[in-house]
Amino acid sequence: MTTRRRTPSRGGGDTAAASVIDELRAVCDDVRTATPDDAVDGIRPVLVARPGDPDGVSTVLRASTANGLRAVARGAGTRSTWGAAPTAVDLVLDVSRLDAVLTHAAGDLVVTVQPGLALADLQAALAPHRQRLALDGCTPRGTIGGTVATAFSGPLRYRFGSVRDLVIGITVVLADGTVAKSGGTVVKNVAGYDLGKLYTGSLGTLGVITELTFRLHPLPEARRWVTVTTPDPRRAAVAVAAVRGSQNDPVAMEVDRPGPGAPVTVGVALEGVEEGIGARADEVARLLGADAVVADAPPDWWATLPHDPSTGTGAVLTAEPTALATVLADAPGALRGSAGVGVLAVGLDPATVATDLAALRRLASAHGGSAVLRCAPPDVKAELDVWGPVSALPLMRRLKDEFDPQHRLAPGRFVGGI
Amino acid sequence: MTATLRLLAAEFETALGADSVITDRQRLRTYECDGLAHHRVVPAIVVLPETAEQTATVVKACATARVPFVARGSGTGLSGGALPHAEGVLIVTSRMRRILEVDPANERAVVEPGVINLDVTRAAAPHGYYFAPDPSSQQVCSVGGNVAENSGGAHCLKYGFTTNHVLGVEVVTPDGELVWFGGTTHDAPGYDLLGAFVGSEGTLGITTKIVVRLLRAPEAVRCLLAAFPGVDEAGTAVSSIISDGVVPAAIEMMDALAIEAAEAAVQCGYPQGAGAVLIVELDGPAAEVEHTFGAVEQRCTEAGAFEIRIARDDAERALFWKGRKSAFAAVGRISPDYIVQDGVIPRTVLPAVLRKITELACGTGVRVANVFHAGDGNLHPLVLFDDAIPGEAQAAEEVSGAILDLCISHGGSITGEHGVGMDKSQYMPRMFTDDDLDTMQRLRCAFDPAGVSNPGKVFPTPRLCGEVPGRHKAPHPLQAAGLAEQF
Repeated sequence: MTTRRRTPSRGGGDTAAASVIDELRAVCDDVRTATPDDAVDGIRPVLVARPGDPDGVSTVLRASTANGLRAVARGAGTRSTWGAAPTAVDLVLDVSRLDAVLTHAAGDLVVTVQPGLALADLQAALAPHRQRLALDGCTPRGTIGGTVATAFSGPLRYRFGSVRDLVIGITVVLADGTVAKSGGTVVKNVAGYDLGKLYTGSLGTLGVITELTFRLHPLPEARRWVTVTTPDPRRAAVAVAAVRGSQNDPVAMEVDRPGPGAPVTVGVALEGVEEGIGARADEVARLLGADAVVADAPPDWWATLPHDPSTGTGAVLTAEPTALATVLADAPGALRGSAGVGVLAVGLDPATVATDLAALRRLASAHGGSAVLRCAPPDVKAELDVWGPVSALPLMRRLKDEFDPQHRLAPGRFVGGI
Repeated sequence: MTATLRLLAAEFETALGADSVITDRQRLRTYECDGLAHHRVVPAIVVLPETAEQTATVVKACATARVPFVARGSGTGLSGGALPHAEGVLIVTSRMRRILEVDPANERAVVEPGVINLDVTRAAAPHGYYFAPDPSSQQVCSVGGNVAENSGGAHCLKYGFTTNHVLGVEVVTPDGELVWFGGTTHDAPGYDLLGAFVGSEGTLGITTKIVVRLLRAPEAVRCLLAAFPGVDEAGTAVSSIISDGVVPAAIEMMDALAIEAAEAAVQCGYPQGAGAVLIVELDGPAAEVEHTFGAVEQRCTEAGAFEIRIARDDAERALFWKGRKSAFAAVGRISPDYIVQDGVIPRTVLPAVLRKITELACGTGVRVANVFHAGDGNLHPLVLFDDAIPGEAQAAEEVSGAILDLCISHGGSITGEHGVGMDKSQYMPRMFTDDDLDTMQRLRCAFDPAGVSNPGKVFPTPRLCGEVPGRHKAPHPLQAAGLAEQF
């Protein structure tokens, strides 16, 4: 069964497909024929299965793989243009019914959830306990599972780390239906391999996530955002370095540059108690420069991408923090992101994305980083190398072969055609 | 020594020089154990490479000859992770001890695996930075060992573990290739092999360079020592501090027996008559710390603290910590032998589990001293015994195992920071199903299909790579036929 890119995998009418549908319907109460809206990065699947519980994910995947189907997991589907396009998709495994908060151990600052839960809904459930998952989303409906599968982190990563640092336990279903967990429900735990790290950012190529446990953090009593806008990229970079080198303990340090040559806004977020935060904000404002502004709310661009997360064209540029001035001066596109960490999102024009991506890769390689095309419309992406150079690729291929020997999970969506 | 091993030793001598290879039995004995000293195995060969390339040469030769190898840093591990293989090669990283780069502007340092943990902070301190993981052995343990074990320490409550503080590693994979996972920036494209590698206890290869993150030193550090009538009251204080939304840099607890040992060893002068002491440390911007510190003090008083001491300077703070940091060794003053456990429980069940540990101890007559990272529920029960008295060691092992069962039944873990090693591998099936363990084996098989990298550690009876997952009751047919070996 070979399928070429951008053609529907199989006709829905043949008898083999009909028997597969029967088999899937026997194990899952919600199986339907796919519509054009179910396309994954331009590739239209044949079927969509929407199991109602984690066991259903296992039985569906077992049946699907046994029949040679290629499956892609989906939450809200807001990031289905991320990564490379799959070479073929027969089945979309929709986990949106798995949307429960399973346990919230408030006193232990730990929560266990299902992957189909929207990140925003989780935050709403935690807020009455004055707690949060210290992660920023990028789409209003985006799910926790999608956030982990795409390893998406926003401004708070400067202080609290990225997705990988917050996942403390994971349960996955492998292509053959095996259910496996790693980690647990306590924050401090070194028993066994940390498969949560492996699954974070793996774009569904190693298995389907059915349960996630996170460490939580208290919601702060007080917050301030200090911003300054300057036409001079060097001044912006100096400001970021000054705050990073100070002892004001910011939780986020972001920059926003709407386009090449445009003024740069530096934004620093502080959290803490009412008694001390005013003085810290004033001190950060002093470090940022005379025209810095202290506010009780974030600037409107805060924790958003400089491109549409679902339909836009965007890249991720990483570089050593000291390269910030050069990046702000020379990088194409619209830049926004964690200057303090050295990870920026780049909004790109589809018409110039090939040359822009090449320019970003030159910048990245000069400063220890990488430039990855995060998302783009299918016809734009088809002509591009999404990933750029990848270290240890042979090992990654062996890993894929071990976890998904027949390459039935999101084939082609990851690095090196994995 | 077998012919294969003799040939390997000769090959190493040619490649690395005779002074980097040890085959003399007396000298080999130096390396027969790590910090878990009651397990001893003399390795066949010890090599002391000085570079990444030499390490790769050694590993490649081992892989070709299908001879198992074990990596060792300073040998301070407490789970037998660096216990040698009798028919294998011990690769000691202590000659790779250079700090290659300290780059405060990018908040990182690049070090070789044999560099001592505290030396990273010493090198970064003049710039106002430090390396956060602080295991109690930080004056002697190596950064390579920290990476292998995903070491924690008292301050990981707020700052996380080694895995949160490593940006990249250069690794010799079990087939002898030199590769980088991660680098000097975050979010390298592809699978997070760095995340999988950190904490893999030497079963996925050996690090030869490590890029560590450095943190800006906090503006203020405040530390208090609170004495309580018993562990229940101290446990209540911990819960109310955390539920206030405070994340202290550290909260440590010691019970009466642990205090007695520490007093005997280092005369730390803790308050008389304390059934438990808490050490609480806060750090951050001065105004934040001042405000929160007052609230913490109040919580301790409300929970029943009968004396609270506040460190006036670094010297007093060091004195508070002296008793805590010396606790393991101090137990030697009150008992000839002891087992250190490392189980973890959810913080909220701390008082209940401590009561059950007391009942266990009373029921068996085995004494248990409790020292632990209370903030994150990481217990370090010290199970005391005298090996000279018949039956005591066995009784201590049983109590120790029962404590781990308690941790698992309360939703915790068998190890919070010491690692599984060879010490706790038999407990892994109590925490994980066969499917869980087989899935972890898939990762191992991707890295080490021949099973030569620290075999026999972490997992109880691993399947051979390439075979269908599932626990085997009888010897594998390939083993029975003499075609394969399970190390």
